Amino acid sequence: MPGLGARLGRGGATTAENDLGNADCIVIMGSNMAENHPVCFRYVMKARERGATIIHVDPRFSRTSALADRFVRIRPGSDIVFLNGLIRYAIENETYFKEYVQAYTNATTLINPEFQDVEDLDGVFSGLIPEEGRYDNSSWQYQGQTEPPSPPMHEQLSSMSYAQRVGNLEGKWPPPSDPTMQDPNCVFQILRRHVSRYTPELVEELCGVPQEEFLAVAEAISRNSGRERTTAWCYAVGWTQHTTGPQIIGACALLQLLMGNIGRPGGGIMALRGHASIQGSTDIPTLYDLLPGYLAMPNTFDKHETLHDYIETETPKTGWWHNLPRYMVSLLKAYYGENANPENDFCYDLLPKLSGDYSTFPLFLAARAGAVKGLFLMGQNPAVGNVDAGFMREALAHLDWLVVRDLFEIESATFWRDSPEVKSGRLKTADIKTEVFLMPAAVAPEKDGTSTNTQRLIQWHDRTVEPPGDATGEPWFIYHLGRRLREMYAGEDTPQARQLQSLDWDYPLDERGEPVVEEILKEINGYTVADRKQLPGYAAARDDGSTACGCWIYSGVYPEEGKNLARSRVSDEQYSLGWGFAWPSNRRILYNRASADPEGRPWSERKKLIWWDEAEGKWTGHDTPDFPVDKAPNVPVKEDAEGMDALSGADPFIMMSDGKGWLFTPSGLRDGPLPTHYEPLESPVENPLYAQKTNPVAKYWPRRGNRLARQQDPNFPYAITTYRLTEHHTAGGMSRWVPWLAELQPSFFAEISPRLAARVGVDNGDWVVISTPRNEIEARALVTERMHAHRVRGKEVETVGLPYHWGYSGLVKGDAANDLVSIVAEPNVSIEEAKAFTCNVRKGRLRREL
Amino acid sequence: MTETITLTPHSSSPTAKGFLTDTSLCIGCKACEVACKQWNQLPLDDLDWFGTSYDNTRKLGATTWRHVTFAEVPGAGGAGGQTNWLMMSDVCKHCQHAGCLEACPTGAIIRTEFNTVVIQQDVCNGCGYCVPACPYGVVDLNVEGSAADGKAHKCTLCYDRLSDGLEPACAKACPTDSIIFGDVIELQERAERRVDDLRDKGLPAYLYGNEEAGAGGGIGNLGAQFILLDDSARYNLPAHPSLPQDRTFGAVAAMAATALALTAATAWAFKKS
Repeated sequence: MPGLGARLGRGGATTAENDLGNADCIVIMGSNMAENHPVCFRYVMKARERGATIIHVDPRFSRTSALADRFVRIRPGSDIVFLNGLIRYAIENETYFKEYVQAYTNATTLINPEFQDVEDLDGVFSGLIPEEGRYDNSSWQYQGQTEPPSPPMHEQLSSMSYAQRVGNLEGKWPPPSDPTMQDPNCVFQILRRHVSRYTPELVEELCGVPQEEFLAVAEAISRNSGRERTTAWCYAVGWTQHTTGPQIIGACALLQLLMGNIGRPGGGIMALRGHASIQGSTDIPTLYDLLPGYLAMPNTFDKHETLHDYIETETPKTGWWHNLPRYMVSLLKAYYGENANPENDFCYDLLPKLSGDYSTFPLFLAARAGAVKGLFLMGQNPAVGNVDAGFMREALAHLDWLVVRDLFEIESATFWRDSPEVKSGRLKTADIKTEVFLMPAAVAPEKDGTSTNTQRLIQWHDRTVEPPGDATGEPWFIYHLGRRLREMYAGEDTPQARQLQSLDWDYPLDERGEPVVEEILKEINGYTVADRKQLPGYAAARDDGSTACGCWIYSGVYPEEGKNLARSRVSDEQYSLGWGFAWPSNRRILYNRASADPEGRPWSERKKLIWWDEAEGKWTGHDTPDFPVDKAPNVPVKEDAEGMDALSGADPFIMMSDGKGWLFTPSGLRDGPLPTHYEPLESPVENPLYAQKTNPVAKYWPRRGNRLARQQDPNFPYAITTYRLTEHHTAGGMSRWVPWLAELQPSFFAEISPRLAARVGVDNGDWVVISTPRNEIEARALVTERMHAHRVRGKEVETVGLPYHWGYSGLVKGDAANDLVSIVAEPNVSIEEAKAFTCNVRKGRLRREL
Repeated sequence: MTETITLTPHSSSPTAKGFLTDTSLCIGCKACEVACKQWNQLPLDDLDWFGTSYDNTRKLGATTWRHVTFAEVPGAGGAGGQTNWLMMSDVCKHCQHAGCLEACPTGAIIRTEFNTVVIQQDVCNGCGYCVPACPYGVVDLNVEGSAADGKAHKCTLCYDRLSDGLEPACAKACPTDSIIFGDVIELQERAERRVDDLRDKGLPAYLYGNEEAGAGGGIGNLGAQFILLDDSARYNLPAHPSLPQDRTFGAVAAMAATALALTAATAWAFKKS
């Protein structure tokens, strides 16, 4: 999320899947799109049919590669070398979109002269505090800007609010710049120096990609970017799950800004989400550090004591986020209803305040230590799906109680009787005190609701069949749990009881006793408190308590009584604005102000999307403008203004404090303002660039069992990467119990090259044992020429590929690939490193007591 | 079932319905296999893993009416171990001259008003003559597993869905339109244009399912045609299929020769004695 958010303003895909059909070139990297997003891949095929060039960059030749015009085999963990190589190519060959870059990015902005790059400091940026494992980013700021409010960079806390991500520019406005981009302290020159070492020779040396293949990609992107043509990028967790994940994604955003491909038809970055409504679960988050609509969860480290403090700390002075108080107060009104009023700070004090890092890994570490008493698992199977899954199972065994709501009796519900740890005797069933409550859940067609897909599109689904037995939807469970808890705490006068008692928990129930889900969607959309009229959109939200809104970015999805736009199904040949509702405000291509030149004219007839209609005095076109609709292109920046007045009529990135796309991120990323290559924490290849080999601020939780292989550890000589197959769904909860899916891929396998198979001494179909310092597992060897060694720094590096779908339950069983992965994380959002680590492989099976 | 049993050559029949399966668009997702099994409520075959690329279905059968083949072509894509990976969704061909239909002694196998070939389950007696009569190995007797009824089964081209004006489940589920359902005449025209387009792009595309390729030997045209990018054997499709009656000449000749020889030998023996 911060990979895109810190450079563009919003942590979502910038484009719509049907717009991929308008691309002239599509690069898929960090994603096996044809296998994991086959429906979305339809539009890639459409683009190909129209003559677009499709490029797949990946360690493995997959079904996506088979459909691409060009497949480039890249070593796992070397993505930034490749991307920085493309950035360097564009700058040195001047194929970047100069007018776009000058007008719409911070390329011209001058940076604090005290900033020092990794090139100057042998692999770290200025401001590193090594003993705390973090950066002080004050030297990364715009010239003349005061330091942004100190981000909550406390050891325990990983959250960073949007105000910090998009910058909070407090000094003289606007910041100094050099429109010629020649000043040595301007972003463009800093970037040019930063990427100068990423030559095609270095790409070949570190990525194992022959120079001519790299150059062919660079030329294809250059040829297909500019006024007349656009290139789109698609990525998924193949980029996310690295200790440099947000930096990889950020490098792509940087490149796309440089090529002028953001906000334009057939351009953009498609962030492919892992499964249905993953986007929705960050918008209305299951994340511990966010409130709905990307508002920061209050914490005890920042000045968040009162609502006034929170608003003061969190609200940027400039840009759209200046409206934050309206969204926060309206959210509190939605939570607490008539109990929330200006006199009691709208019940702000009832929100729990974060006192530490409650992301997945610290949570399970705490559970293992006995500090977590109970856990609800709803749609998650950590016994298979989380990294170091063996440790996760141990952690589950140290809870007092566990509620599992799922479609089948998944591994996380049965670990106490049939996990590998129980079978091996490491855990004894009799000693496990965890009381497990397995509750049957309804699947999507068995319940009303919405899902928000990869392109931020909210789509309604009706209940079409009755759920079996006692299975129910989540609204039923959450509503009645809340109702019962409120009854239990009715007479009590404690802060916990007040939190429950003050909630506005009044939902109409249908004949089954389920809350009417459409009423929840209406609350999410928001309404005026006095007459309970639906808000037409978030512009109508107020900070005086007169409006309630459950998630401001979704406002407009239910703009008037009886009008559920998520249910709408009108399609057309262009952007199908009548199909569902895309947040925000039904905009399909974000930052689409950039589809027109600074004067408001389309960059070209071929790539027109929205434009300024002088006669009407408004923005118009094929998409909903992502810009104040009546703000003319020639409106200048108002000096020392606040909010949107601080942005000109030619500043497309309205969520950013300066309205620009950020090539350089003075704030918003914890591990540096520019992407730089670090090797994965476990790597078979030495990083030749700097003395600092790996991300200096990556997170590692020391613990017995969470051992890492050394860099270039001869005991773990092979690169390893995990992934998914079309036939299964993530940790298998929705596929391994379904006969029609289970039979298609019935066994866990390891994909290895014929050369590695020969070295290990196995044939196709033989059993192999794969080991890491954490664990070892067994799999069938699928020997295929689709896998191939990379020639890197003079040696052949083999890669082992493992799909991670299997576990010890279900119709088809197998070891869990995640048992091998370490508990490490990148520093921004605590994502693991499952796409590039090291292992060993030997012939044979594990001896196990059954 | 239907009253209109017709033997009109179906490629020229305006009512003929069929599939065009374009392998240049297939992403190997197997949505067709699953949609087919779900709509027709076919049971799973087995849970065995074969190590044959990503193909654990391996063949069409009594309970598998769509099958995605995966052919890894080593070295075809150039250096660095890159391979070609050919994917194709195989299905009953609904032949113009269907070996199964012609071999069926009970009249269970019929040609429908859509010019498709369908086995009437209430008439089939499980004799199995249709199984070797199919040049493509499509028809199979259901003799194993929980759903075993001893009868012959194969794709019906979703006769029930067609009767209600719906397209077959596999075509409906295909995310990239690799499987297209429609009038055979229109599909043939479309296929010819498509083959030309693919050849213009330098791909060795050709149509499988007419007299020239895939349906010679008196089979005529196929109701389910394919655009292939490599030798048909790579997709497990016979280059020169034939009907069983066309394979009988040799057998009859051999039998006649044997009979003649035996007669001669007998006569000679009697004469000698």
